[in-house]
Amino acid sequence: MSIPVLEVNDLKKHFALPGGFLAPRGYVYAVDGVSFSIQKGETLSLVGESGCGKSSVGKSILRLYEITGGQVSLSGQRIDDLSPGKLRPLRRQMQVVFQDPFSSLNPRMRVRNILAEPMTNFGLASNRAEIDRRVGDLLEKVGLPREAASRWPHEFSGGQRQRIGIARALAAEPSLIICDEAVSALDVSVKAQIVNLLQDLQKELGLALLFISHDLAIVEHMTHRVAVMYLGRIVEKGPRDAIFSRPQHPYTRALLSAVPVPDPEIRRERILLTGDVPSPINPPKGCRFHTRCAYAFDRCRSEEPLLKSRGPQHVAACHLHDRPEAENPMLKPVSAI
Amino acid sequence: MSEPASRPPGLVVAPDLPDIIPQKTPRKDLLGFILRNPAMAAGIFILGFMMFIAVFAPLLFTVDPTALAPSRRNRVPSELYWFGTDHLGRDIYSRVVYGARISLIVGFGVAITASIAGLAIGLVSGMVRWSDGIIMRIVDGMMSIPPILLAIALMALTRGSVGNVILAITLAEIPRVARLVRGVVLTLREQPYVDAAIAAGTRTPTVILRHILPNTLAPMIVQATYICASAMIVEAILSFIGAGIPPTIPSWGNIMADGRTLWQVRPHIVMFPAIFLSLTVLAVNLVGDGLRDILDPRMAKRI
Repeated sequence: MSIPVLEVNDLKKHFALPGGFLAPRGYVYAVDGVSFSIQKGETLSLVGESGCGKSSVGKSILRLYEITGGQVSLSGQRIDDLSPGKLRPLRRQMQVVFQDPFSSLNPRMRVRNILAEPMTNFGLASNRAEIDRRVGDLLEKVGLPREAASRWPHEFSGGQRQRIGIARALAAEPSLIICDEAVSALDVSVKAQIVNLLQDLQKELGLALLFISHDLAIVEHMTHRVAVMYLGRIVEKGPRDAIFSRPQHPYTRALLSAVPVPDPEIRRERILLTGDVPSPINPPKGCRFHTRCAYAFDRCRSEEPLLKSRGPQHVAACHLHDRPEAENPMLKPVSAI
Repeated sequence: MSEPASRPPGLVVAPDLPDIIPQKTPRKDLLGFILRNPAMAAGIFILGFMMFIAVFAPLLFTVDPTALAPSRRNRVPSELYWFGTDHLGRDIYSRVVYGARISLIVGFGVAITASIAGLAIGLVSGMVRWSDGIIMRIVDGMMSIPPILLAIALMALTRGSVGNVILAITLAEIPRVARLVRGVVLTLREQPYVDAAIAAGTRTPTVILRHILPNTLAPMIVQATYICASAMIVEAILSFIGAGIPPTIPSWGNIMADGRTLWQVRPHIVMFPAIFLSLTVLAVNLVGDGLRDILDPRMAKRI
């Protein structure tokens, strides 16, 4: 396999809780040992509930947060230990599209200047005429008229603003775009347009996408691989079809059972998770999911499961797979999915 | 258009709707501005009038505002003495007109210096995390002293002069601006567009200048107008209690201080400077409110 566009190894991001005297009161273990890689032209979706650390992974890769531990490599080059000055030119390779189309564009800058900023920062255009031409090309690429350049962000709708956000990410000519809930704030129809736009751009430019989302229906539609996160850790990771048809972790099964099926005739088993996500300040011992897992047994409460192979490129962290086959409910088919 | 014959039966073409709402083109001229912002226009007019009399004071039929005439003291307003005379026989009209200079200089001087100093302190406090606690505790300490008391204390340390009055009121007003700017900066630095700019390779000084500073200016300019108004009042208070502008320089506060013992028999001595002070403060506040509406970028393109 070629060198991945993005490789993340044992990434950790712990936030210090303020309020302690001299030393922090404790830590929020937002991201606690996450590893994955993305190849050129590939989409990896990071899914999980609110507060599981998905967005922190994205911001840590972008070095918008100083990470606590682990390694991040872009096309084979470590970036987690670089000084801000050395990192700056490498930022061209990874860009970001945020969730909120309204706060992700500076209200006091015209669209042209928003899109010109990455170009001038990375020296991609030498003069005004070239910037104007490239801004126009970018706007066309994301399906907006060239004249949009002279307008202000507040003159656009949410979906159009998200297109401008994607155009800004493309302006740097990156090899990786991190979509942090990039379609979650949009209407269903606009959502589909933006997802299709992202897919088209991916095919055209060979982009690698890290698609952070909680919307499994969209994820199933557009992703190549899926990584499921729970409380700062990846609990299952694999190709899309394997994850959606043969989930090997109880949490993945619960997530999938929560996806609505657009057919009132289909009745299927719903796995209801009780309680809230435990606090990431004091994560449960052993398997982090055992407090809400229907199949938890003694070992889950004391020993943390490791990611083990469950198929080609498919790994899951669950002790159930070490039990005899007859006692492993994860081997049973997911009913009526 | 298709032929009427090919149309299915029962289908008629709806007639064009009449233009119920006539197309209005917004007036771009001065009259249009006044019609859209009558309060702000009034504020600008009053403020412009006060600036005019301050600049052209010697040309507006005034006499030397400090000239004494003990034989003609405590006159009521008349054709000769438009606003009357005070207990030393000085012409109150001339003193009020010249007093506008002091109020405007102090008001604008404090607004500008306090804004610049407060902006710098607020930006550092909001952007440099470790300095935040230290700076904000000092600001808290300054805010715990009432501004007028702080200004009186500072004036007690120095000699009374216009420069010292501006300095004293500025020091008392800086914490408010610094607090405001810090608060705005703290919310702005968490905005996704700031993160996106950092991800797009923008250097920190450019991030501050391009993405954070312009978005703090609107609330700060509005705050500056309120500081301007409050500085004029504080100056008048300081002068009134004898802790501000030296009594030899005519200022509205000084005129009122001179007239306060006589206000039951000669109320006009206090009244005229008081009216001018109130009108000026009102005008500055009206302009501030108008600016607040206009500087909101979402309102900029409204009809």
